[in-house]
Amino acid sequence: MTGTTTAPPAVRRNRAARPVQYVLLVLVAVLAFGPVYWLISSALKPGQDIYRYPPEWIPTRLRWQNFADAWNAVPFGHFFVNSSVVAVAGTALELLFAVLCAYGFAFLAFPRKRLLFLVLLGAMMVPGNVTLLPNFLTIASLGWVNTWAGLIAPGLGSVFATFLLRQHFLTLPKEILEAARVDGAGHLRTLFTVVLPLSRPILVTVALVTIVTKWNDFIWPLIVTNSDSMRTLPIGLLYLNNVETSQNWGAILAGTVIVVLPILVVFLLAQRHIIAGLTQGATK
Amino acid sequence: MSTAPPPAVPVPAEPAAASRGPSGLRRRRRREYQLFLAFIAPNFVFLLLFAYWPVVYSAYLSLTRWDMVSPVKRFVGLDNYADLLTDPDFLGVLWTTLLFVVGVVAGSLIIGIATSLLLNQRLRARNAVRTAVFAPYVVTGAAVGTLWLFIFDPNYGLLKPLMGAVGLNAPAMMTDSHWALIGLIVVYLWKNTGFVAVIYLAGLQGLPRELYEAAELDGAGPWTRFRRLTLPLLSPVTFFVLVTMVIQTFQAFDIIAVMTGGGPANATSILSWFIYQQGFQTFDAGRAAGGAIIMFAVLLTITGLQARFLERRVHYR
Repeated sequence: MTGTTTAPPAVRRNRAARPVQYVLLVLVAVLAFGPVYWLISSALKPGQDIYRYPPEWIPTRLRWQNFADAWNAVPFGHFFVNSSVVAVAGTALELLFAVLCAYGFAFLAFPRKRLLFLVLLGAMMVPGNVTLLPNFLTIASLGWVNTWAGLIAPGLGSVFATFLLRQHFLTLPKEILEAARVDGAGHLRTLFTVVLPLSRPILVTVALVTIVTKWNDFIWPLIVTNSDSMRTLPIGLLYLNNVETSQNWGAILAGTVIVVLPILVVFLLAQRHIIAGLTQGATK
Repeated sequence: MSTAPPPAVPVPAEPAAASRGPSGLRRRRRREYQLFLAFIAPNFVFLLLFAYWPVVYSAYLSLTRWDMVSPVKRFVGLDNYADLLTDPDFLGVLWTTLLFVVGVVAGSLIIGIATSLLLNQRLRARNAVRTAVFAPYVVTGAAVGTLWLFIFDPNYGLLKPLMGAVGLNAPAMMTDSHWALIGLIVVYLWKNTGFVAVIYLAGLQGLPRELYEAAELDGAGPWTRFRRLTLPLLSPVTFFVLVTMVIQTFQAFDIIAVMTGGGPANATSILSWFIYQQGFQTFDAGRAAGGAIIMFAVLLTITGLQARFLERRVHYR
């Protein structure tokens, strides 16, 4: 209403603030991404350049040998396979179980269903650190220490994925499900041919967040594996840190890049999904 | 999915069942109950076995003395708790945990909110910066720890020339017990800030513009608008961030394992590290389980308190 009379000073003030805001923006960007840049650029430098003082901001000579050094110092091939198996197979199974469970809670009748749902949500209150020792004993009694099964099993139950999927399923138009039923489709077929195709975005989101979480997992793989051939990448990196001394930062940093690069690529390609998934609870 | 069975012959299932009267209906209902149980069973089996059972078993273990190999678990009642809560080392761990959690959570909130306010301005490239700011949150913790060990390296690290540029001597960050906890907090701030900032940014973008225009007409300056409008309106967001951050920070482990291993001289030994160390390095199951149950109790209490406290302030929307 009176906006036209008050706008000019506000706009002018805004314009005066612009340069300051841009300086701050650059500062934030440098603080956030600078360390990652420093990691990647240093991993490409020969030793003398890594240890140069004052620092060399842009690598002049590249030394890819750092990566070979890292790869040969510890069995990175094993780590890579183990991490991939755990992340991919673990995510596939967790997602399958979550989808089934979410479908049950969204579309099937059961007495006291709400109570069971609360039991499900309650599992979120249990901190991972509290479960370490008993879970190790359980896995040990199953004879699964130092196996893929042992790495994967404790992470297969999910609250987060189930909750998000159920919330989404409840928003699907009832008529489509009715139509499927009238066509004679059972619940399993309705789930796989009607509900899931309609839920692709949320499935992608949940899958990405799950796979990233599993790839990054540290404490459980540390506990449940005990041989180099069964370690995952994050534990392998800890091992590399111990094998190489700080005199060989080149190899250590190259190893770090090997661990981080897949995650960074996935993140850059699918950041919309990943950010949405990780920040979901805030806006529910 | 492409191998789905061909459409079944349309069986008039419903009318038939209905004509069979109440018993048919009951049978169908029972079938649906069974189906429900079958659908939720896999997820529930894993949650019961690997989330609920561990709480019960930890509670039991915390009442015993056991070295994790001998066949006998000796029942000792509340001795483990009595020992822990009078052990200066454990009280030190609790104190370190408090400093660490407060430092990380308060720091991430303040820096995160400030960053979100900046990213909420109509600036060029702000989306790229948003991506850059969030990236550390998804980067593998073990890698983050290694990277910052390099930056903090007293001989070759980036910290040395950066502090040298303003005439300061860089401390031996992670090997000096006065600095190690601070260094660790800095690393976690770097990792978490983007997460907090992006959540607040989403909140900011949902705020009603008219309110701000009205407030500006009433002569409210930027700081007043922030304090009287933005913060109260965003209190649900704050609640979520606070709870998430506290729970996450209590469980911080990977970066500590890589950077300090709880040292030097226990300076970075927080509760999560203590539980691991007691369980898997000194094989004292009773103390590890006692520490775990204490952590569980503390987190439940904090979450409950936060919920209650914020309930009164959250009702703006």
